[in-house]
Amino acid sequence: MDTIFAVSTAPGKAGVAVIRISGELAFATAEQLSGVLPELRYAALRKIRDGSGRVLDEGLIICFPEAGSFTGEKTVELQLHGSVSVVKAVLAELSGMNGLRHAEAGEFTKRAMLNGRLDLTQVEALSDLIEAETEAQRQQALKLLDGAFSEKLAALRATFIRAAALLEASIDFADEEVPEDVSDEVRDLLNSAKQELEKELAGLRVSERIREGFEIAIIGPPNAGKSSFLNYLAGRDAAIISSVAGTTRDVIEVRMDVGGIPVTLLDTAGLRDTDDEVESIGIERAIQRANSADIRVYMSENGLADFDGLRPGDFQLRSKVDEKPKANEISALTGAGIHEFLDKLQASLEVKVAQSSLANRERHAIALESGKAHILTALDLLEDGQDSYDLCSEEIRMAVRCLERLLGFVDVEHLLDEIFSSFCVGK
Amino acid sequence: MKHFDFDVLVIGAGHAGTEAAAAAARMGVRTGLVTFNKTDIGVMSCNPAIGGLGKGHLVREIDALDGVMSRVADKAGIQFRLLNRRKGPAVQGPRAQADRKIYAREMQIEISGYENLAVIEGEVVDFIQQNNVICGCKIADGSEISSKTVILTSGTFLRGKIHVGDVSKSGGRMGAKPSVALAKRIDSFGLPLGRLKTGTPPRLDGRTIAWDKLEMQPGDDDPVMFSFLSNEPTARQISCGITHTSEKTHDVIRQNLDRSAMYGGHIDGVGPRYCPSIEDKVVRFADKSSHQVFLEPEGLDDHTVYPNGISTSLPEDVQETYVRSIFGLEDVTILQPGYAIEYDFVDPRSLDRGLAVRGLKGLFLAGQINGTTGYEEAAAQGMVAGLNAAAQVLGNEPVRFERTDSYIGVMIDDLTTRGVTEPYRMFTSRAEFRLSLRADNADQRLTPMGRDLGCVGDARFESFSAKMEDIASGRDVLQSVKVPNETASSFGLKINNKGAKRTAYELLTFKDMEPESLANEYEEIAVIPSDTLRQIKIEATYANYLERQKNDVALLEKDRAVRIPEGFSYDGLSSLSNELRLKLNNIRPENIAQAGRIEGMTPAALTLIIAKIRQSARKSANG
Repeated sequence: MDTIFAVSTAPGKAGVAVIRISGELAFATAEQLSGVLPELRYAALRKIRDGSGRVLDEGLIICFPEAGSFTGEKTVELQLHGSVSVVKAVLAELSGMNGLRHAEAGEFTKRAMLNGRLDLTQVEALSDLIEAETEAQRQQALKLLDGAFSEKLAALRATFIRAAALLEASIDFADEEVPEDVSDEVRDLLNSAKQELEKELAGLRVSERIREGFEIAIIGPPNAGKSSFLNYLAGRDAAIISSVAGTTRDVIEVRMDVGGIPVTLLDTAGLRDTDDEVESIGIERAIQRANSADIRVYMSENGLADFDGLRPGDFQLRSKVDEKPKANEISALTGAGIHEFLDKLQASLEVKVAQSSLANRERHAIALESGKAHILTALDLLEDGQDSYDLCSEEIRMAVRCLERLLGFVDVEHLLDEIFSSFCVGK
Repeated sequence: MKHFDFDVLVIGAGHAGTEAAAAAARMGVRTGLVTFNKTDIGVMSCNPAIGGLGKGHLVREIDALDGVMSRVADKAGIQFRLLNRRKGPAVQGPRAQADRKIYAREMQIEISGYENLAVIEGEVVDFIQQNNVICGCKIADGSEISSKTVILTSGTFLRGKIHVGDVSKSGGRMGAKPSVALAKRIDSFGLPLGRLKTGTPPRLDGRTIAWDKLEMQPGDDDPVMFSFLSNEPTARQISCGITHTSEKTHDVIRQNLDRSAMYGGHIDGVGPRYCPSIEDKVVRFADKSSHQVFLEPEGLDDHTVYPNGISTSLPEDVQETYVRSIFGLEDVTILQPGYAIEYDFVDPRSLDRGLAVRGLKGLFLAGQINGTTGYEEAAAQGMVAGLNAAAQVLGNEPVRFERTDSYIGVMIDDLTTRGVTEPYRMFTSRAEFRLSLRADNADQRLTPMGRDLGCVGDARFESFSAKMEDIASGRDVLQSVKVPNETASSFGLKINNKGAKRTAYELLTFKDMEPESLANEYEEIAVIPSDTLRQIKIEATYANYLERQKNDVALLEKDRAVRIPEGFSYDGLSSLSNELRLKLNNIRPENIAQAGRIEGMTPAALTLIIAKIRQSARKSANG
């Protein structure tokens, strides 16, 4: 396999730039560039020279052995001065060496997985971590990267296998001294596993939100000042504001960080009866989005709500109260009351975040749901007693396979293609 | 000097050897069978029983390929029991006590019935080898037998060592000579060897057992036979006795553990976890005050009794004391003491999936020499080796059994891919496609394949074809009868009355739908033979699951289709761990599906191999 290299830090001027080299030739390459290598896993200051001995830069060099590197291959990190020309010169030097080539998108991570350093959920977590913009996202990704989800799945898998083993023993050793009826023990195991699965699934929507942002829909009658409110929050003119009622015909999205929690604010068309075809489409869409959002903020000049889709935890604001606003009153003009609103919103989001699970993707949801379905069928079959042990065991096996698919034990090729295609160079 | 010239030469006439020779002979090639003594043919050296869970499936599969074990066992059967009768049909296993003498006699008759199969008496001392080709063997009397292929089925005879307490001697089984010379020859091939052990109980004199005090276990009222061609038992049927060990038995054993070959440190081989000696049971299950013992008569006119459940390597005097502490055996006489036997086996990962030794041409190994235990496992391997040796001689494609089509395939794949750490025994749980690999449909799975290969005779194929026609027309009838929901409810089925009418076949997929109730209701169903109806019921029981399994099978077949070229080099894959590379080099999987089952294999490593195969394929396509 080729030895690969790439800049692992963001492009452009910076204090430091890191170039990572991974593969069989990594150490030899580093030696060629910098002379005597430091002890493994120790940093040392070295001059980086090109083939003719000309100094390209001076920087730190660290060598990682196969067993202790990110990729599971010999890896060298060069910490250079973050100058565009230094980086360019070193990359050019590396490109010229035999057996070396520039890494493809996600190739370091791919190798980490190929070498068993990360499993699938950890690869996903890594990509989450790199994408993380808020504190909640960072914490979630780190937990996953640490293998917390894999551990949970492994524990569930062990429970399933234990249950299946009890059934198998009673099947395969029928003529020997094993208990014939193991239904009670199997039922207990399956029930506890079922509860675990349900807990994961319940928190999954929230986890997904942490990853993708909670949706907060601002709704209300036309001209209630929804767009002004959004613009005040966003600090820029994201929505077109005018005093003509019905200006916002489509849904406008603005991403924000509310106390470390990612949210997407949705500005929607004002709700009213209208003959305007285009506007009525916008209104329909507004209602749709409002219903699927995580939180709805209903805004009107009189502070009264005229929308039957409000749920506990939603907000009702009286707008355009430019002077001395009371609770739930705001002014997009002066900003009065908005700070208080954001505090309440944050508290409400934090309650939701606390319920999050480790699972945080559609792929996780599908696998856990179908695992749960198999366990429910297995529990039903268990009621038939020994008659259906063969089928019950089969259902448990299928549940195990669902979990294994999550960890990436099977169907790997497809998954790999899908996952690595979303990576960019250097990770 | 005698001169023979065979296509397939089988060494050893145990369960692997007889099945191998018979299979090769059915394929029409000139077959030889060498054995110490003609009376060794079909000898049951351990317990007098055939079949059981997983094992019964193997016997049915052997039968589906027109093999001999099933028919011989049916003739020798003196007590038939279908195990797991109450659990689903997929996990039911036919089992029978066999009369030793009838078994050996019937096996000898079978073997002598093949015109192109010659039995030769003699001790094989060496192979004839030209370069890397094995082309026959040498007999102790100096004669040579030449053959295009050789199948070695030497059982426990390779450096066999028998232990009775602290006394040990060389021997394959009681009273037989070990094959030391042959073992040396095999050493020269450089194959990886391992050591295993197995034990037997003392044999008792049935005339000294107090049968009238004991609980007796009769056979089933409606005996289930092994062969699809057999109808009912021919031998007289008997019952077995059941008794239990006592605290006193356990005390005797505990006090003498240091005198047991197993616990006294005389044996290094690894024994099976699932067939523990009585010493093992007493030590490992210290909280149990009693263990079950089955008293199995070895034959109708034989007073020898095999006490199943108390195999041992304690000294003779201790054996007598502990056996007599068991209820009903207070005055028993031991005819032959129990013993443990240690023997060499060849790591089966050095074989291909036709059981040919890789790197040598013309040599196949089958049976206990490959690390398995049990007559059925041995016979099934004999079948595989016999068919493949014959195929090689005939210039046909190798014969391959897959995990998706048979227990034979599961076993061969387990052996050649994962190797063995203890004597390998078949279990139904080893088969991931258990619901479709049933004892009842072994013929549907394998007889057509056997017919194509040429190992299934006319009589069997005609009977099979007739059965399949019956099933097909029975199924047609059941699928054409529409049952009103009220009628279905009257059968006790929980059915939504508003739903569409279901066919009789659809109703059969309900667990509680007995086919007899349908037969009582509809004349056209009543005329379907009850056997056929039963078979269709089983099929329907699993119909929903089989549909789902099809997807898994398809996935596996996709992986199987990615063949790893012979001589594929794993050395170029630098990110493979050394351990995996070593395993891959030793096992040399034939395709990606097999590679995926190697212990410790990671999806990542598989992806790597796939990528490399594609790369080489592209290169050769371009070049």
